[in-house]
Parts: sequence; structure tokens; C-alpha cells
Amino acid sequence: MAKRIDVSGLSAYYGSTRAIEDISMTIEPRSVTAFIGPSGCGKSTFLRTLNRMHEVIPGARVEGKVMLDDENLYGANVDPVAVRRSVGMVFQRPNPFPTMSIYDNVVAGLKLAGVKKKSVLDGVVEKSLQGANLWNEVKDRLNKPGAGLSGGQQQRLCIARAIAVEPEVLLMDEPCSALDPISTLAIEDLIGELKSQFTIVIVTHNMQQAARVSDRTAFFNLAGVGQPGKLVELDDTQRIFSNPSVQATEDYISGRFG
Amino acid sequence: MSTVTTVTDATPPQLGHRLTAARLPRWAPGGIALASIALGCGIGAVAGLASHLQWGLLSALLFLAVGYAVSASVEGRRQAKDRFATSLVWVAFICAVVPLVSLTFYTVQQGIGAISPEFLTHSMKGVVATLSPDGGIYHAIIGTVEQVLLATLIAAPIGLLTAVYLVEYGRGRLAKAVTFFVDVMTGVPSVVAGLFILSLWNILLGFQYSGFSGSLALAILMMPVVVRSTEEMLKLVPNELREASYALGVPRWKTILRIVLPTAIGGITTGVMLAVARITGETAPVMMLVFGADFINGDPFNGPQQSLPLYIWQQYSQVNNEFGYSRAWGAALVLIAFVMGLNLIARGIARWRSPKGGR
Repeated sequence: MAKRIDVSGLSAYYGSTRAIEDISMTIEPRSVTAFIGPSGCGKSTFLRTLNRMHEVIPGARVEGKVMLDDENLYGANVDPVAVRRSVGMVFQRPNPFPTMSIYDNVVAGLKLAGVKKKSVLDGVVEKSLQGANLWNEVKDRLNKPGAGLSGGQQQRLCIARAIAVEPEVLLMDEPCSALDPISTLAIEDLIGELKSQFTIVIVTHNMQQAARVSDRTAFFNLAGVGQPGKLVELDDTQRIFSNPSVQATEDYISGRFG
Repeated sequence: MSTVTTVTDATPPQLGHRLTAARLPRWAPGGIALASIALGCGIGAVAGLASHLQWGLLSALLFLAVGYAVSASVEGRRQAKDRFATSLVWVAFICAVVPLVSLTFYTVQQGIGAISPEFLTHSMKGVVATLSPDGGIYHAIIGTVEQVLLATLIAAPIGLLTAVYLVEYGRGRLAKAVTFFVDVMTGVPSVVAGLFILSLWNILLGFQYSGFSGSLALAILMMPVVVRSTEEMLKLVPNELREASYALGVPRWKTILRIVLPTAIGGITTGVMLAVARITGETAPVMMLVFGADFINGDPFNGPQQSLPLYIWQQYSQVNNEFGYSRAWGAALVLIAFVMGLNLIARGIARWRSPKGGR
């Protein structure tokens, strides 16, 4: 199920502005890879190129190659919709569908793809909510609106929604930045459990979080305001946080800049 | 951080700020209002001003002036300005509400007498309108309902899809052109829409007077209103929801159909209903295209029909006596009730369908 991502020579643009330049990296399956770096260095942009969400923004485009196992996501006949089915995403702010119940939110992806059988959907709802550690809290009110949950619960609902379509890769764009420490802990635990099934990529501003949850960490930086962001290094999390090979990484991690 | 401040016990004397100040009692604004009204009416009566509007205007001005003066003398200038602004808002509110309430009240007062089961269930066929109080508006109700329904069936889907195009797909020149023409269409006077359909549909294409030809003109008037309100509602749908849907591997058209439109449906319905309410009262195009009839014609595609606004106009200006006036007021009351009912339905739908966030 989980797949390896192999990025080579990837640049992303907003109109004529280059946001990230020439990024190459390999993201291992069944592991958590964290992206850290100062604001505006292109972490989120890069993340969004991994499931072709970048091009949703008017004027945005991508150059380069992203291989999901042996398929190029930016190949000629690749359907972005199909890509997003196998590479799921969780956003910074919880965004459950306001018109739908908790149940419908979880199976939104399946229902909209045409799955109608109630027995199948029931199973997926329980499995996904269990997977997102939310089942016990909401099992008695599955028909209540999803927007009525607390922020942390909503975020876990969004994770349940993302894993319900059984993607191969799960991208998380600062999934805890709008949450309190307890909800953050719940989601971090969840990430630890989910990595046995998925390839997980997480963008975070919280370096302790990166150190806690990830196996490998990538540090992004930009040369200056208006310059495109670049990958500085990608290594085992332990090495990045103890003995990085680039000085800039050490400066950033130890708080000497940024 | 580096500057050292000396902390003293006393507040700086040169500022002289105090946290408490003299305040007018809670009943003061009400009292001033009553006093101003009494004074205004008194002056009006003594000076022999005939119009009660002038009395009211005088009272309002007195209220503003006295309120400011009293507050300034007790509470100081800043509070007085605050109270003046509050009073101004209240006066403006009353100025807006008085005509509305009096219009409704007057229509009910004048029209209620004319309303009877016979009035609602009979047409004017065989009634000598100038000599008898008999007859009714059944044919006009049928006509209005059918014409408005047809106009809505034409305008709502086109308007909705145009708005979806503008918000979800529209980029560049075509979208700008569409927006421009929608804006222009919003300003088209109803009589021009009527003339356009008259020359195109009835004269050039040779169709007869019918309810449907009136509906075409009404649809032209309705479309830009639907586009505009739907556009605003779709813009309110957060982009995050669209992205959340894309990220689940849902195609764009399905995202629009199943996520964006349901999220905005309450507002869209309200917009459509308001547009319906607007065209229900249109007289000019109906006069030109539907022609008016004294008998019941349930077929909007064949022959002249009647409609409520046209009926009101005919009774008032053509019959032009007490029987006509009475029927006109009765029809006006029914028309207002009809529009109000539509608005209530729209509000109900908006509340029922709107996204729920309650815990």
C-alpha cells in the first residue's frame, strides 16, 4: 500500500514567481518525513506539488518529476484526480464539510466516488474513525454535524476522512498548528500509528514535533526575501537534530536564526 | 526595555483623567424622545402646520438637538457626540420603518374589506366592473403564479449556472465580459425588457400575446439578480472546502455540485426568492406582453392572461370608481401577502438548509 516518492529537479511557480527551485529527494514508504524551515521557504508549496494540489491555484505550475513508485505524477496522461485519490492530504485548519454529518464527512470521498453500499460505508466509517482515534468520542452521534466537534476532534475527523479513501501517501500541512497541546499529542500519537500503513509527510513549524514524530527530516531554506526556497538537506531526524551536515540547519535548529 | 521608568504613587496631575464621570440616567434618551415629540407636536399645532410629516420632522430634529445639548452639559462633548450618533441611527431607522409599516397597514386596512371567498375564487368574466362590486381576482392569481413560475424556471437555472461559471471557472476576458453584461442587465428598466420581447417574440417571430411571452421579459429582469446573489453566495464558500474535496480525489464538477452548492444553497434560495418577489410586482412588461383578460385562462402559452399588478392598474385607472378601488386594494393585499409568503418560505429554507455548527 504505502509507496515511495522520488522527486527530482522539481520547481514550482506562482505565475512568474518561482517559489521553490530544483528540489530532489526520496521519501521512504512506511515512515514519517518532516519538513521544517522558516516561513515562506516553500515547504507547503512543495508538499502540495506531491498530490498536484499546487496547480489548483490559478497561474500556478510545476516543472520536474515526482515518481510515486514507478509512475510520474506529472506524466503526460496522468489524471490529477486519480493522483489525489492515492495521495491524501490533511490541511492546516480543520475543514470538515459543514453541510455533512460526521458519518458523511468520513465517507465523503467514497460517496462522491460513487460507493453507495451501506454495509461498506458503515465499515469504513468505523475503521477510519478508529484509525483516527475518534471513534469512542463520536460513535453515539455520527449523524450530528461535523462542524459541531471541537477543533482537535475536527482535525482528527479530517484525518479519518483522508484515510477513508485508503491513499498510499498522507500529506499533512501543519496539522497541529491550530490545536492545543492535548489535541496535538493525540494527533502525534495517531501519526505514529498511521505510519505502519502509509507514507506520511508532515510540514511543521514545531521542531520538537518534528523530532518526536518523524523518522527523517528535511530542512528547507531560502537565500533571501523574494528568492525561491530550496532543500538544504534531508537526513535521519536524529542526525539532523544532533549533528547536521550543513551549518544553516544547525543555526536554524538551535535558534540562531529564523 | 532599556529605559528606566520611575513609578510614582500619584497619577500624573497634568492629565487629570478620572475613570468615573457624570452619566445621564438610563431613561434619559427615552425621556428626551418623549419630550421632543410632545414639543414638536405642540409647536406644530400652535404654528398651524397642516402636515403631520412636518410635526414628525420637527420632533426628530428637536430630539437630536436637545439630546446633544443635554448630554453635552452633563456628560461632556465626547459622550454627547456618541449619543448624537446613536440618536441619528434611531431617527434614520424610524424614517425607514414608518413608510413600510404605514404602507402595509394602509393596504391591509383598505384591502381587507374586498377580500372574500368569492373575490378569491372568481374572475371578472361577465361582470360590469364599473357598476357592480362583484367579480374577483382568481384569473389574476392564476396568471401571476404561472408567469412567475415560468420566468423562474427559465431564469433560475441560467442565472445559477452563470454564477457557477463566474465563480468557479471564469478567468480572463470572457468572465469580465459576462460580469459587465450582468451589471448592465441589472439596470435594464422593466419597460425596456418588455419592449425587447415585444419586438423580438411578438412582432419579429409573430407569436401572440400570452403569459409565456410575459415570462420571457420577467426572466430577463430576474436573471441578473439571480446571478449576482448566487455569485456572492458562492464566493462565501471557503476555498478550503474545495481543496479538501479535491484532496479526496473528487473531480471539480462533483466538488461544485456536491460540496460548494449545498454549502451555499440557503443563500442561493434566498436570492432566487427575492428575485421572484421582485418580478412578481412588475407591471410594464406584463401590460405589453400578457395583455390582460377578464376571464380565466389557465394556459400560459395561449392567449392573453391576467396578472395581479396589471389587474390592480386596470381596476384603479380604467374602472376608476369605488368598486374598482376596492378590488385594486384587495388585489394589492393579496399581492403583498404572496410576496411576503415567498420571503418567509425563502427564510425558512435558508435556515433549514444552512450549514449547522451547533454542538
